[in-house]
Amino acid sequence: MMLRLAPMLIVTLLVAPILAGLAMALLPAFGYLPALGGEAFSLAPWRALAAQPGIGRSVAISLAGGLVATAISLSVVLLYLAAASGSRLDRWIRRLVSPLLSIPHAAAAFGLAFLIAPSGLLARLASPSMTGWERPPDLLIVQDPWGLSLIAGLVIKEVPFLLLMSLAALPQLDAERRVAMARSLGYRPAIAWLKVVAPALYPLIRLPVFAVVAYASSVVDVAMILGPTLPPTLAVSILTWFSDPDLDQRFLASAGAILQLGVTATALLAWWGLERLMASLMKAWIARGGRRRGETSLHLTGKLWILLATGVAFAGLGGLAITSVAGFWRFPEALPRSVTPDHWAQALPALGGPLASTALIALGATLLAAVLVLAALENEQRTGRTASKALWLLYLPLIVPQIAFLFGLVVVMEQLGTRPTHGLIIFGHLLFVLPYVFLSLSEAYRRIDPRWTRLALTLGASRNAVFWRVRLPMLLAPLLTACAVGLAVSIGQYLPTQLLGAGRVTTVTTEAVSLAAGGNRRVIGVWALVQACLPLVGFVIAIGLPKLLWSNRRGMQGAP
Amino acid sequence: MRALSPRPAPRSVPRLAALLPALLTSTGLSAAPDPADWPAVLEEARGQTVYWYAWAGDQRTNDYIDWVAGRVDERFGIDLEHVKVGNTAEAVSRVLAEKQAGNDDAGNVDLIWINGENFAAMKESDLLFGPFARALPNFALTRPADNPEVVTDFTLPTEGYESPWGRAQITYYYDSDAFRGDSHERLEDSDALDTPPQSIHELLDWAQANPGRFTYPRIPDFTGSTFLKQALIELTDRDEALYAPVEKSDFAAVTAPLWDYLDALHPHLWRSGRQFPASGPELRSLMGDGALTLAFTFIPSEPAAAVADYELPESTRSYVPASGTLGNVHFVAIPYNSPHQAGAMVVADYLLSPEAQATKQDLDVWGDRTVLDVAQLPAEDRARFALDQANPAMLPAGALERTLPEPHPSWMTALQDAWQDRYVGQ
Repeated sequence: MMLRLAPMLIVTLLVAPILAGLAMALLPAFGYLPALGGEAFSLAPWRALAAQPGIGRSVAISLAGGLVATAISLSVVLLYLAAASGSRLDRWIRRLVSPLLSIPHAAAAFGLAFLIAPSGLLARLASPSMTGWERPPDLLIVQDPWGLSLIAGLVIKEVPFLLLMSLAALPQLDAERRVAMARSLGYRPAIAWLKVVAPALYPLIRLPVFAVVAYASSVVDVAMILGPTLPPTLAVSILTWFSDPDLDQRFLASAGAILQLGVTATALLAWWGLERLMASLMKAWIARGGRRRGETSLHLTGKLWILLATGVAFAGLGGLAITSVAGFWRFPEALPRSVTPDHWAQALPALGGPLASTALIALGATLLAAVLVLAALENEQRTGRTASKALWLLYLPLIVPQIAFLFGLVVVMEQLGTRPTHGLIIFGHLLFVLPYVFLSLSEAYRRIDPRWTRLALTLGASRNAVFWRVRLPMLLAPLLTACAVGLAVSIGQYLPTQLLGAGRVTTVTTEAVSLAAGGNRRVIGVWALVQACLPLVGFVIAIGLPKLLWSNRRGMQGAP
Repeated sequence: MRALSPRPAPRSVPRLAALLPALLTSTGLSAAPDPADWPAVLEEARGQTVYWYAWAGDQRTNDYIDWVAGRVDERFGIDLEHVKVGNTAEAVSRVLAEKQAGNDDAGNVDLIWINGENFAAMKESDLLFGPFARALPNFALTRPADNPEVVTDFTLPTEGYESPWGRAQITYYYDSDAFRGDSHERLEDSDALDTPPQSIHELLDWAQANPGRFTYPRIPDFTGSTFLKQALIELTDRDEALYAPVEKSDFAAVTAPLWDYLDALHPHLWRSGRQFPASGPELRSLMGDGALTLAFTFIPSEPAAAVADYELPESTRSYVPASGTLGNVHFVAIPYNSPHQAGAMVVADYLLSPEAQATKQDLDVWGDRTVLDVAQLPAEDRARFALDQANPAMLPAGALERTLPEPHPSWMTALQDAWQDRYVGQ
């Protein structure tokens, strides 16, 4: 019945728009776009693409940036888990993961840019006393041609994501007993963790890692803020070509979108090669049997790196908060000369509409996603089949670059005659919200002890009653967390909102990005803060509500 | 009287048309409004929702558009929605995508803030409604016979397919305090202070003496491209070639002095010319940080406005070099497939009213200069356009009289491509 249709429905909802969008990018990439006079297939767009100045460099930066950012993020997470499990730092970091994850990429990137720029907070703190700088030094830091600041910006956002995914997967592994076993053989704790837990953990977080590779190699908003400019990364170039007033550039842009698909695929392939390499290296390292060497440095780097990554993210937000109330603030003053509420007072009246749209879209997409995911998981429980093959399809929206299929999707929607409404945007967001909700919820759902169900059934409850009265209440905490993740994902979306909404529907994020074009850092500060705080509301509810509802049932309050 | 001219449709139809555009247009009942029949246009416009796609990178502009929305609602019963875009080309893309999908009568875009290459592109692809501009009652106040720039967009005649809205002109601004040097060698008023460069040649000398203190937005940004055109006009001795399509002249020969100049200038720019800011506003934030001493904008009142917004120091001063700078007019246009063309025309007309133009020019609101021929207005209207000369960051009176006209739009694209071939990925 209805339940059985859920997995099919999910797959159709996710796969059909992506395939349709890709098709509408593929045709113009080979010169076919009748509205612009492209009636015959040709390779001209590809020749034009190859002739673009700096195209080789764009591709190289996209590819290398994606791989390096992923490798660093993954190392930070694994080293941290190895070094800090069970420590006080660990409890703190676990609490910070969700808020960190909820900061939209653009806001985090603005924060980082403001921190490390030559005129940024760090340089101001050190000047002129330590550096002697009276003016911002003429240094290429943000938007450097090697993409280093872009990589840094990606790392501070991908670390919380991979960490959350790892923390969700770890309970399956019984890590403590594995480590205890290794320690009884004389291995120091961090080395023990890396040798006996990490190899078992990696396969469980492999898909999220692939999603990070794909995202980092095709990101638009972070690359616009932190990435190189002459030339920019491939994804940013594509966006420029798509919005070029010379409409013939549309062919070039479509060819670029297909090239981006190839770049991301190459990055994934390269990552797969790296995996094989690392696997054999790890095997040799484990087989060598070293028990102590490197423990201290592992321990230190594991803690330092995660502190650096989270510290930078929060310091960046702090910087944004100061800018948002700053009066005139010239280099090298560490704090603004005066504090003024003007920027907030100007922004507040304009906040209402975008806030309402943001909330409507985020709630709509998240609720829909939650219903579909619950239906699919419940179906899985009842039929006893896990949809492991379909899992790859679930990752499709996270692995196919947005920029490659969204423009084509807009053309498809136009052809279907759909008007840009909140509904259409909710549908667009669902593409990205659904996978995250599924990933966040599925483990908890599958881990529920089946004996509860059997017990309830023997007491005469129907299958539906078991779902409503046993499983759902027990899963309240993870369900709300999954919804909070869904809300955060929806709130952070820029391209789908802008394109599917024809720009008519403004959310906090589209507003922030369009104001960023104006370059007024104080206004950017205000909007980026609003954008960063909004998803936090979701997480506060997700953590607070179960504690309130189940104040007399400690086991159901969820993880701290 | 036009109001009495018989109209075949009964009075209720326009209102119905506003409510059910999709239904009516699909059955072919509502024809495009006739701009010559203004009372009918006003009648049809009442109750329409006009989606105005306008660049939204500036808070003051947004606030002004918000104010306009309130006024047209009060006066004409039009619901004006500002669709905020980061780049006007997004709106052009959208109309194109609609045409591509065969949506010829229920488009999303009703009004676009536009000029230059975007206008040229839309007009060439037949994406615009019109001609309508000359039929707007307030259009006469611009006196196009005496002010040809209100009907010319980058040398192309607008032919009534867009209606003028405001004026822009390259204006340089600098931090007068920074001209006094660093704290250990501070100059006093009595010392002979440097004067800011008065021509493109002086700019090179100045940049050599003050390395890293000037730059321009990277191409293809609008402001950056305008700087290229400005430099080319000053450097080349074949000015007449710039006012015809680029294919008609020897591009390499005409632009050779420009590339020699830029090759010489770049090593002395901010970040040694290896990196450029993304846009005019980013240039402004670099000025605010004190990273630059000299910058330029396309909006003459921007420096004064930025001082008021705490973005630039109070020591900011504006000027237009003695040789004059490029200036142009920006417009609003209506897409061919807008379902609310009547409403869009009424808004375009209101934008030209003395009330709207004077408010727009007010430095406390936006500071964008008027396109009306102020000298020809009635005395009480003229008074509203008096400029605030007391503000030290504002241009001195008469500075904007030295306006150089924009080259043909094809030059912009050709210069952008050549610049990118030369300086990207090096």
